[in-house]
Amino acid sequence: MSFLLDGEEVPFIPGQTIMEAARAAGKYIPHLCWDHEFAPHGSCKLCTVKVDGRFGAACTVAAHEGMNVDNRSAELDDKRRTLLQMLFVEGNHFCPSCEKSGDCKLQATAYELKMMSPHFDHFFPDRPVDASHPELLLDFNRCILCELCVRASRDTDGKNVFALSGRGIKTHLIVNSPSGRLADTDMAATDRAASVCPVGVILRKRRGFKVAIGNRTYDKAPISEQPQ
Amino acid sequence: MKSKVKIATTSLAGCFGCHMSLLDIDLRLLDLVQLVDFDRSPINDIKRVGACDVGLIEGGVCNAENIEILRDYRKHCKILVAVGACAVNGGLPAQRNHLDLRDILEEVYQTSPGLAPGSAIPNDPELPLPLNKVHPIHEIVRVDYFVPGCPPPADALWKFLTDLIAGRTPVLGHGLLHYD
Amino acid sequence: MSAPQHAEITDAVLGRNSRDSTRLLQILRQILEAIGHLPKTVLVQIARELKLPYGRVAGVAGFYHFLGLEAHGHYRVLWSDNIIEQMQGSVELCEEMCRRLWIEPGRVSEDGLVSVGYTSCIGMGDQGPALLVNGRTVTAMTRERVATMVDLIRAKAPVASWPREWFAVTDNIRRRGILLDHGLDAGAALKAAMARGPAAMLAEIVAAKLRGRGGAGFSTGQKWQACRDAAGEAHYVVCNADEGEPGTFKDRVLLTGYADLVFEGMSIAGYCVGAARGLLYLRGEYQYLHEHLEATLAARRSAGLLGKNIGGSGFDFDIEIHLGAGAYVCGEESALIESLEGKRGTPRIRPPFPVTHGYLGHPTTVNNVETLACACLIAIRGGAWYAAIGTEKSAGTKLMSISGDCARPGIYEYPFGVTVAQVLADCGASDTQAVQVSGPSGICVAADEFGRRLAFEDLPSAGAFMVFDDGRDMFEVARNFAHFFAEESCGFCTPCRVGTSLVKNLMDKLNARHGSPHDINELFKLQRLMQSAAHCGLGHTACNPVVDTLNKFRPAYERRLHSMEYEPAFDLDYALSQARQMTGRDDAGAHLENAS
Ligand SMILES: Cc1cc2nc3c(=O)[nH]c(=O)nc-3n(C[C@H](O)[C@H](O)[C@H](O)COP(=O)(O)O)c2cc1C
Ligand code: SF4
Ligand code: SF4
Ligand code: SF4
Ligand code: FES
Repeated sequence: MSFLLDGEEVPFIPGQTIMEAARAAGKYIPHLCWDHEFAPHGSCKLCTVKVDGRFGAACTVAAHEGMNVDNRSAELDDKRRTLLQMLFVEGNHFCPSCEKSGDCKLQATAYELKMMSPHFDHFFPDRPVDASHPELLLDFNRCILCELCVRASRDTDGKNVFALSGRGIKTHLIVNSPSGRLADTDMAATDRAASVCPVGVILRKRRGFKVAIGNRTYDKAPISEQPQ
Repeated sequence: MKSKVKIATTSLAGCFGCHMSLLDIDLRLLDLVQLVDFDRSPINDIKRVGACDVGLIEGGVCNAENIEILRDYRKHCKILVAVGACAVNGGLPAQRNHLDLRDILEEVYQTSPGLAPGSAIPNDPELPLPLNKVHPIHEIVRVDYFVPGCPPPADALWKFLTDLIAGRTPVLGHGLLHYD
Repeated sequence: MSAPQHAEITDAVLGRNSRDSTRLLQILRQILEAIGHLPKTVLVQIARELKLPYGRVAGVAGFYHFLGLEAHGHYRVLWSDNIIEQMQGSVELCEEMCRRLWIEPGRVSEDGLVSVGYTSCIGMGDQGPALLVNGRTVTAMTRERVATMVDLIRAKAPVASWPREWFAVTDNIRRRGILLDHGLDAGAALKAAMARGPAAMLAEIVAAKLRGRGGAGFSTGQKWQACRDAAGEAHYVVCNADEGEPGTFKDRVLLTGYADLVFEGMSIAGYCVGAARGLLYLRGEYQYLHEHLEATLAARRSAGLLGKNIGGSGFDFDIEIHLGAGAYVCGEESALIESLEGKRGTPRIRPPFPVTHGYLGHPTTVNNVETLACACLIAIRGGAWYAAIGTEKSAGTKLMSISGDCARPGIYEYPFGVTVAQVLADCGASDTQAVQVSGPSGICVAADEFGRRLAFEDLPSAGAFMVFDDGRDMFEVARNFAHFFAEESCGFCTPCRVGTSLVKNLMDKLNARHGSPHDINELFKLQRLMQSAAHCGLGHTACNPVVDTLNKFRPAYERRLHSMEYEPAFDLDYALSQARQMTGRDDAGAHLENAS
């Protein structure tokens, strides 16, 4: 069984999504909220592809025999760039002072898609930092609401440390304690949720700039050339 | 011979780091001056920007004077370029944006410890007034190109300028496009 | 009220809801009603008792407009911000109320007595300006009513003691057809359906070519068949009474005067798909109908029309009512199901569709109130009879909720295929400039299109018909709709969460005369992105009103353009206001002008 991804044949096993099949074939479809370890979520829409002329999220659409999928077309990459710009302006992303810089999927994807500017007016939201936990830091300024931490904590760690609250543009991540402090949850630095964040929200304390800028994950090769 | 490209540069709410990076082009700067003339720029002392081909803007917009200068550059430059993180997204200065300016001024000039007694917020008409928020330059004027980075690597600036001067759409590949 | 009292009330509410975590939203609503806000201690207690993570409880409370963790004031007044009511002066009335109470809109008064704010359309477009006070609907607001209401609030008079006529909601039925003139006794249609048998009844629905009245127009027969065929130990029928599309209020009228017909339609659906339980999701704004609906259910139970072994046929079916809490997106069927399960109203990934994986993962048919009511007519008179009414592709009749610039707003029933011009003539509209068909997510129809027909093949509609005469500014209409979508986006997906706010900001920028042609291009670009990449119908359609009016009423935008050059979205001089205030300066250097 196979389908066409940008004109190239990609095999798949029935039940796989377009994203899963592409990953197995070593093909890159831009994505942020998807991770092969967790159930698909479909919220960032970076993986938007065109399936036989219709738009869909590659991480949620099932692969079908013979379908024709556009992935890295100019039209789609253009839309993806706009989505990235939306994610940048709705939060506060100052890469020069972010520990995640160089290891950050949002940034790396923006490089891959040649995002030269945030384009839109910034929202400059007022978002907190939570340093209460002895080993972990939460900087909500950079949250892209991908819910990977929500899924990791719930499905892998069995803990439910993270959840979303609010609605619309006021949607925000909360932790599972009435005080709102991470220290008052059962979060441990060894949890899967502690290392799942694709951006610089959930950070290990005192690790900071251990690996020098220039030697980090996406300094070595663009995200599209790395294993997903 | 083609006429030289006229370039003006300025630093608004920036740290001159981007200008340093421009100077870091080193030897190639000599090649560059074969191709370009510098109008107003911190590297010379021309006081007002004249008609230019390219304006390179470093730094974000944080006060009334920045706005006047930025608009002046926009008016005089055919192509306006945001250079560096601060011009592109406000950078470090914009990290004050979630605070109320009034609280900041009060804290800095009136309530923080160690101030001389009777310290007041300066109201000298010579001083430019700060804006309620710091803005990247594209929120104030139309911007044609962006070269991100803090500062952008010298190689990125070189690649950008040579592309532009040669009439190619500037493209920064892996390693040259950086937000940090 | 003290903490121990809160705990006691919470315990009682939890008990009444069998400590069932799928009833979380109902529990939060009931506690809010009893104590006026949701203190953290109460959320902790709920989480503990329902064995849910605290974050889950707080996340749900934070999603719904009528809930929220902050205090709302002893009196919470929410004005409907539907554009029609704005045209009738709701904004001025709201401001007047705030002035008289010495408060700012959206803020609670310092003594915690009162807050006054806005909420999305509350379904009273034919008798506005309307508002909700502590969840109760007040219609036909006037300056006099505002003055008296302010006095009553100041005097701390309980809402229950306020003048009864304020709470009157009239049906305003103006034109009746086969549905509104059904003439059926309670139970007759169900009896007819059971006489046919489930498969034959379903065949009649198919033959009737009945299509969903909630907007999408999906074939009801196909939906029921798919649900019936889906494997699963339990099947469910859900009646979608969320009616959140601004300008729509026909389900309100059906639920008021035709509740038996609606419940009977649910029973017939249950009979056809093999469900034993039905759930009616009533929008929180229609809370005032709750008691009446429960009474109707009780009467049906005593008449043997609900419960076990109905009519001796072996068919068991009963209906439960769930209330929403202020979230338009919960009208989307999969978000509605999430909400019914006591979660945040986030649309699910589809497929799988509710017909196979719906409520609690079971096969579920979700139908609009009107669709279900229509099923009763088909049970009695048969599919062929029904299919002969209306047009080829749109069988039967449609209820239209007409509001705005016309002499006789209200409910009109028409066979599908009626022209816009005919409807305008009937409702007494003159000098009409445009009609917004099917609400903000629908289509804006200009005068040269008034020959078009209301039918799925031409102008599909969930039932809203908002009339705007020559005196109206269509840009303001679109701007109101842009605000509506930004307010109601669930926030799940990037394009809609951020896009609706960007569109709103651009419309405000144009309105503040800071716009340039650049901004108009941006609107088109955002529309293309949201239409193609958003997760659900809300995001897909959120730019429709902007793009429709840009295409049909462009001068309304162009009048507002400030210059051909890009301009900042904000007022530059205002951007110096805080520094001026702190330095006391007012010299020339302390001011800036926006370029001209
Ligand atoms: C954002 C959004 C809001 C909706 N609101 C409603 C609503 O209030 N009432 C309704 O019946 N359908 C609404 N729908 C449509 C439902 O998803 C669904 O199609 C409908 O309830 C199916 O019933 P029907 O087939 O009888 O029309 C909405 C859809 C979307 C995308
Ligand atoms: S999270 Fe990523 S994009 Fe955001 S500031 Fe950090 S490195 Fe930059
Ligand atoms: S904290 Fe990180 S992983 Fe969690 S939602 Fe935000 S961006 Fe995603
Ligand atoms: S389109 Fe809007 S309402 Fe629908 S899922 Fe996305 S954010 Fe939520
Ligand atoms: S990766 Fe598919 S929507 Fe986020």
